[in-house]
Amino acid sequence: MDWQAFQVSFKLATLTSLCLLPIGLLTARWLNHSQYRGRHFVEALTALPLVLPPTVLGYFLLTLMDTQHPLGGFIVQTTGQHLAFSFSGLLVASVISSLPFAVQPLLRAMEHIPNNIREAAWCCGLSPWHTFMRIEVPLIWPSMLTAWILTFCHTLGEFGVVLMIGGNIAGETRTLSVAIYDSVLAFERDQALNMSLVLLTISLITVSCVYSLNRRNYRMFR
Amino acid sequence: MHPLRVNITLNNPTQLDVELSCEPGQMLALVGPSGSGKSTTLRCIAGLQKPSSGVIEGGGQCWFDSQQRLALSPQQRRVGIVFQDYALFPHLNVADNVRLALDSHMDASVVEQLLVQVHLSGLASRYPAQLSGGQQQRVALARALARNPNVLLLDEPFSAVDKVTRRKLYLELHALRQQLAMPVILVTHDLDEAAMLADQMCVIHQGITLQQGTIDEVMQRPKNLSVARQVDVRNLFEGTLVQTDNAYKLRWHNHLFELVQAPLSARACIEAEVYWTIAPAKILLHQQRRPSKGDQENAVNAVVDQMITMRGIATLLVTVEGSLGQQLQLDVPEHVLHRNQITLGQTIGVSLLAQAIHIMPRTA
Repeated sequence: MDWQAFQVSFKLATLTSLCLLPIGLLTARWLNHSQYRGRHFVEALTALPLVLPPTVLGYFLLTLMDTQHPLGGFIVQTTGQHLAFSFSGLLVASVISSLPFAVQPLLRAMEHIPNNIREAAWCCGLSPWHTFMRIEVPLIWPSMLTAWILTFCHTLGEFGVVLMIGGNIAGETRTLSVAIYDSVLAFERDQALNMSLVLLTISLITVSCVYSLNRRNYRMFR
Repeated sequence: MHPLRVNITLNNPTQLDVELSCEPGQMLALVGPSGSGKSTTLRCIAGLQKPSSGVIEGGGQCWFDSQQRLALSPQQRRVGIVFQDYALFPHLNVADNVRLALDSHMDASVVEQLLVQVHLSGLASRYPAQLSGGQQQRVALARALARNPNVLLLDEPFSAVDKVTRRKLYLELHALRQQLAMPVILVTHDLDEAAMLADQMCVIHQGITLQQGTIDEVMQRPKNLSVARQVDVRNLFEGTLVQTDNAYKLRWHNHLFELVQAPLSARACIEAEVYWTIAPAKILLHQQRRPSKGDQENAVNAVVDQMITMRGIATLLVTVEGSLGQQLQLDVPEHVLHRNQITLGQTIGVSLLAQAIHIMPRTA
């Protein structure tokens, strides 16, 4: 068992899921309320990592992070840090690749709230922001937990984007899924099996939680 | 408390041309068929929808004025609204649903007072899903009143409850109304509901308000044919207004009826085609044993075709002699029917009271 890789994976998954909670909430809220014509295009963009091969997403992100690219150059100039092949770069890439796993459940939950509940809150004197915090957020908390678990799980198991952006630097960017790949290549079957069983167990528990929460959320509106 | 005055138009997503007013302490029923724009009007008053043009005044201030580009938010207008499906907050219990609408400076004991007022004391810790339809409606009403609103808006509040509960809620709302000082707008498509609860009625059809007045005024003296149809006038006929001996009379087939109503326009005319109506309760049944003076007034003979009795009131459908088979409807108490031994096919005498005959122009 590569505990160092486990530690990197766990840290990456925790930070990614925590970052995605506010990002996902605000993006979903904007998509739900916006009258902007290009709203569906923005929604499609946020869902793109679901269908795009991880290597393709990884390639574009790596290109953007390159110091030769204006964006990559700008980041190096302002922060003094290279994103490519670093943990920070890995975090940025993970946030982007897991974005749909946060936005989609939150957006569906917000769409499920009848609009006159919001309107009733406004007529009770609540501002749109207070309505969001005191009415919408409590109503969608099971979906927030679902979003958090899904993004955590997805980041824990991410392989393509991680390999493209982070490479395989032990203690920095080498995650559990990359370590499993390495173990298989090195014919260390037992180690690969142990690490795979750990990921399988975590995934099974979290997916079970997601289904149970979804049922609870559904019941609330019945 | 201040009156509510609305004079607005809306072009999108539906056409609206609304003019209505409601005095403090008064209940105005906004009546019309489904899709006539009742709820949209309510949404415009609440500030949930922006009209294309016009003015809305309430609470002693201007809420919307298209010329001044003024449009106050729902929060600023301070309206209480009961939605058709109540829109209670499902994650909050009854007390918290009401408490949410209280101003920060208001005493929390107000919640308890409001719950007592709507007969919900003891249910404060229940959640909306644990309440019946009638109880949910009461919570929505308590929540709407919690802000001490400038206007109370009720959007078909009785449509989601069964008939027995509805009757109970009618009585409760009627009693509660005596304590309310603000203008109240009740949206409904049920004319009986409007007649039972409201002081005034405003008829809306295809987004246009056709007539506002007291319940009796609108129901018995509709402004035109459209209003008459909307308020489901039962005796509606075509006739001719004629001038004889400096007085106007109504010619209907072979009959010439006396009128009390003034002519339709100041300009005198010899003859004019009109619609006319008379409320079924205003047609007098002649008693065979004891003829009275009223029997002389616009008397006609008619044959009883049908008798329908409901809750002590008998509705008779009678074919008037000399009217080419046209039928009149009259309502009489059931005991009158028995006392006069009225049977099907019998010829009876009735009087169409001159004061109750209402004439309307043929042109809209």
